[in-house]
Amino acid sequence: MSAAEIFTPIAPRTAPEKMTGTVAWIRRNLFADWVSSIATLAILGLFAYVIPGIVEWGLIHAVWKPDNDACREAAGVGACWGMIAEKYRLIIFGRYPFDQQWRPLIATLLMVALLVASCTRPLWSKWLIVAWVAVLAAFFILMKGGLFGLSPVETSRWGGLPLTMMLSTLGIACAFPLAILVALGRRSHLPAIRSLCIVYVELIRGVPLISVLFMASFMFPLFMPQGTQVDVLLRVFVGITVFAAAYLAEVVRGGLQAIPKGQVEAAASLGLSYWQTQRKIVLPQALRLVVPSIMNSFISTFKDTSLVTIVSLYDLTGALALALGGDANWRQFYLEGYFFIAAIYWIGCFAMSRYSLWIERQLNVSNTR
Amino acid sequence: MTAETPIINFAKVNKWYGQFHVLRDIDLSVRKGERIVICGPSGSGKSTMIRCINRLEEHQEGSLSVDGVELTDDIKAIEAIRKNVGMVFQQFNLFPHLTVLENLTLAPMWVGKIPKKEAEERAMQQLTRVQIAEQAKKYPLQLSGGQQQRVAIARALCLTPKIMLFDEPTSALDPEMIKEVLDVMIELANLGITMLCVTHEMGFAKSVADRVIFMDQGQIIEQNSPEEFFTHPKSDRTKDFLSKILNH
Repeated sequence: MSAAEIFTPIAPRTAPEKMTGTVAWIRRNLFADWVSSIATLAILGLFAYVIPGIVEWGLIHAVWKPDNDACREAAGVGACWGMIAEKYRLIIFGRYPFDQQWRPLIATLLMVALLVASCTRPLWSKWLIVAWVAVLAAFFILMKGGLFGLSPVETSRWGGLPLTMMLSTLGIACAFPLAILVALGRRSHLPAIRSLCIVYVELIRGVPLISVLFMASFMFPLFMPQGTQVDVLLRVFVGITVFAAAYLAEVVRGGLQAIPKGQVEAAASLGLSYWQTQRKIVLPQALRLVVPSIMNSFISTFKDTSLVTIVSLYDLTGALALALGGDANWRQFYLEGYFFIAAIYWIGCFAMSRYSLWIERQLNVSNTR
Repeated sequence: MTAETPIINFAKVNKWYGQFHVLRDIDLSVRKGERIVICGPSGSGKSTMIRCINRLEEHQEGSLSVDGVELTDDIKAIEAIRKNVGMVFQQFNLFPHLTVLENLTLAPMWVGKIPKKEAEERAMQQLTRVQIAEQAKKYPLQLSGGQQQRVAIARALCLTPKIMLFDEPTSALDPEMIKEVLDVMIELANLGITMLCVTHEMGFAKSVADRVIFMDQGQIIEQNSPEEFFTHPKSDRTKDFLSKILNH
């Protein structure tokens, strides 16, 4: 009895070899049993079948120079990347006056710089708000002109990447605070505010974005008194914002509901007001819970801006159709054009989703023990 | 009872949750500096009663005044009262996204409008008092339950409240951690803050309480000094309750 009660601590050992290492990883993940072995082999087979064709078309037989004859010869066998070299300015800047395209270029670069700065945590300060105001002002002055000796350019001639960037950046930037207010409103104790928010969300979610854009661009002017004109770009921007906010509001509400009641009670017991409680206690916790869904909505909004084509605004997608449709020589190479546009969208979306993962890790420091 | 005005006064307070009559004709007046322990079976309304004091729950009938102010729907008056009433919860309810220090400085900065530096000094004093100053930069979830509850007590003290409410502060703790929290509470009891504490820690009641209140079914059944309460309980209900919690 007495010998058995003596406690001898056991020193920790390293894990056995067969649990770690590359071979162990492959066995466990790719060839664990006969079903997964067959699946692995089938997928490898599919790769072997598909990839060579893509490589041949996209790289080996591809025409890289903007040489129309060479492209026509290679049609069907090799890609015509030369088309993009020929048309990239029209695709990226749309119908913006050709000799003035340095203006949208600078405007877009400014916007990109602003977005990168906004995503950098050490730069989160009051100066960032100043930077937003300054960059947006510069963006519109550059694009619209009519000031500082810049020739005026109608908003109907804005297009391509700057338009896509502007609609998605501003759309998201305005939809997000609106969504937070609506989400809070849906949980309000005041029946009027609550019903208003519910009606808003359910109404907007119940219709497709295309119909919101149609209403913004064609029906809205009919309801306005004669003579009042609201720029179509502004109307479409409001439409996108209102649409995105309805979805985002539900995402935010999901986060709000996950916050335990005790948090609000603790804040109340300390004398914090409703707005202080929301701002300091509830929202910081709720929003970080739903970062992946928020980013999901942002990415959707970014891509949804391509729908403005249907109301005759030439965003990236629209500008591509414009670039190719007007030129019989290059019209047949639309596939390459769509690859190009897809690559631009993909870079944007991929950056957003990587950023989302990063910010999630940053914000969850407090949950790691 | 002295002639001075009570710091908390319940007069015929009634409250319902839907059709459930949770507080029935509560009459209770608390003197400044008094230390009261409230006990009773679960569902007897003891938590609800103390939560009425800082208006986390509202009562429907009767009148309740705290520090000379009658509690009504006036949100400004309620926020002012809450500044003077600290509360400690069973589940600690620390803010997990803020560090320990930020948990403590939040209310002084935003409610008390105190500059950050001063708020931090004050917070460190309170953390030292509850013997947890070295954890100031950590996040609540990195601490043990007992440490979290001590932080919660320090947080409530940062607004220098006149009244402290404890709602079963040790019920969610591992047995090994109860003592460290009770020690802090005993120290507070010696400072002269008015304390109302819902707890089943009868040892704590015996050593620090001026008065023990026993509740059942939304009513105050019995109240007395701890000596009298534990040795000569008057009602059968109290005797039954005490026999169950003291002899196990």
